[in-house]
Amino acid sequence: MQGFRYLKSVATLKLDQAVCIGCGRCLEVCPHQVFSLTGRKAAITDLDACMECGACALNCPVKAIAVDSGVGCATGLINEWLQDRKLVKVGGGSCCS
Amino acid sequence: MSTELTFADRLGACKARWGIGRMSFIVPPGLYAIGNPGPADQVVVTANYKMSYDIVRRALAGRNVWLLVLETYGINVWCAAGKGTFGTDELVRRIAASGLARVVNHRRLLLPILGAPGVSAHKVARRSGFNISYAAIRADDLPEYLDNGMVTTPDMRALTFTFYERLVLIPVELVLALKSIALGGFGIFLLFYISSTPMAGLTAFLAWFGASLTGNIVGPLLLPWLPGRSFAVKGAVVGVVWVVLFYLLAGGSGWNFWATVAAFLVLPAVSAFFTLNFTGCSPYTSRSGVKKEMAIALPSMGGAIVMGLLMLLASRFL
Repeated sequence: MQGFRYLKSVATLKLDQAVCIGCGRCLEVCPHQVFSLTGRKAAITDLDACMECGACALNCPVKAIAVDSGVGCATGLINEWLQDRKLVKVGGGSCCS
Repeated sequence: MSTELTFADRLGACKARWGIGRMSFIVPPGLYAIGNPGPADQVVVTANYKMSYDIVRRALAGRNVWLLVLETYGINVWCAAGKGTFGTDELVRRIAASGLARVVNHRRLLLPILGAPGVSAHKVARRSGFNISYAAIRADDLPEYLDNGMVTTPDMRALTFTFYERLVLIPVELVLALKSIALGGFGIFLLFYISSTPMAGLTAFLAWFGASLTGNIVGPLLLPWLPGRSFAVKGAVVGVVWVVLFYLLAGGSGWNFWATVAAFLVLPAVSAFFTLNFTGCSPYTSRSGVKKEMAIALPSMGGAIVMGLLMLLASRFL
């Protein structure tokens, strides 16, 4: 994404090229152009651009992609953390609750 | 249905941006006709947040297209896909409920790319017989997509986060944060009022209020130009700028040494916290990244605030 880069070397995205059938669906759904298709296999060419939305993994017909997906949102994560400890939620949008 | 937005549509969108009636800005899910579509015309899928629906129907003005609106409980496509309500199950259910298979003679659906985190295209195909094409990120690209033989260009797949795109997100963030800003400000005012003078209370309140607004407004607006990749660091940087400005404007040379140090510790931490919150609005932060950032930023902010308070306390006795 032009002009924006988030933290380096944190994305949990993994691609098993042995399983990949080269359908190109991951390239179609990724809004950050993380993948490229060379020959008949997809490859991760820009891991640090991955925002872990999970679209590629969900749309891969042979389950060649794995990623710990979820919202990249501080309020959402704080709420998750509080809920895990059965504490109250902090206020905030209905989006991340 | 109409493809022209009325004053009421625009007013509703404006109110939703400010958090007024945002959760009830919805349209009923189901199949809608744009223009006068026939069995061969394309089917575009969207969410039932009225702002999403309005943007899509306006983009498709002058065309004959079917619009399948999913029940996302008034949430936009991207957020609903993240939650799974703009998802495989709802899409399959809505295809069946609307009788789409009898309305059109083809088996193709055009979905927004940002809906893909909730929808599994091959599962939808298996369960409903409809094949999904992820057309574009922005509804505004749909006309070009349809005119170009349904080819997605690299531009249609590339996310942007322009100054304007960031600007329109700020009001609702501000409204949501207002309660904590007001409560915190009241507490700080009381603390300084009681322990010092009413004037000190007012000064402390303004310092806090400015730091909150800086983190909520200035940090997000200047996002790409601020140093670092971490949102908290970006927020801390604008926070420091705010303290310097406030120091100069509010006669900081008259503050005692410890109060000055405390201001420089606490206020940037406050701005950093609010800018960190903007990760939820940005379309490029990863969950692992935010987790990593929070693991460092939250203890640092907490530490800065505790140290600042201790200094203020100490300054009472020194």
